[in-house]
Amino acid sequence: MLEQMTARLDFHSQSLLLRSQRQQVIASNIANADTPGFVARDFNFTAALQKATGSAATASLPAMTDAAHMRIGGRGPGGAVSMAYTVQTQPSQDGNSVDLDRERANFVDNSIRYESTLRFINGNVKTMLTAISGQ
Amino acid sequence: MSMFAIFGVSGSAISSQSQRLNVVASNLANADAVAGPDGQSYKARQVLFETVPMGGSGNAGVKVKNITEDQTPARRLHNPGHPSADAEGYVTHSNVNPVEEMVNMMSASRSYQNNVEVMNTAKSLLLKTLQMGQ
Repeated sequence: MLEQMTARLDFHSQSLLLRSQRQQVIASNIANADTPGFVARDFNFTAALQKATGSAATASLPAMTDAAHMRIGGRGPGGAVSMAYTVQTQPSQDGNSVDLDRERANFVDNSIRYESTLRFINGNVKTMLTAISGQ
Repeated sequence: MSMFAIFGVSGSAISSQSQRLNVVASNLANADAVAGPDGQSYKARQVLFETVPMGGSGNAGVKVKNITEDQTPARRLHNPGHPSADAEGYVTHSNVNPVEEMVNMMSASRSYQNNVEVMNTAKSLLLKTLQMGQ
């Protein structure tokens, strides 16, 4: 019974975890905006959330027909999100590929989405509390 | 609460940038210094940043790898009346380029501000996370 009430929170909690992870990745990019040779990274949030909640179409992943095959795409064996390198728009002389404007925009976007996920969770909790108290 | 790692990452960036600001300050302070009796003038210093891995999930902090000395030749000005002038009447100044240093200073201060803002955002998000479900 209780499980049915909390099941819908699982999706949001996964989303919250991934948002906080993306926040860390973007913070690392911003921190290394002046480091020579640093390559900016990011990950596809939609794909990561689909993998995390198990709603991804497994047919799109390459089949692993042998134990020695390496996993391509999706979450690795350790459950880590697959990271990718960002596309360089304005190459710099020192090999640094951080686009600070884009990173800042991503950071603000991600923090607003983190906060909205938090509000969804709070709304769910309020709904459940209303249902429990029956008023 | 893995977002606490942001404070480590941005903190390392802030300390690296402040070290860069420190180096810029000493360069600017010595911009007009002349060579002493040994003929060696002040050489401009530059910091070199390096990425340092932090934690498991690909967090990347920054540290100062080393501080290099600028090897461009010192500025020599003809000023025979100067007490530090050599036999030919030239005074050896430092090789600091004040314009470069000002640009360096602005870049360091912007990066510092960026990282402070990142920390503030992370802090407010964490505080809101603490109030979850209330």
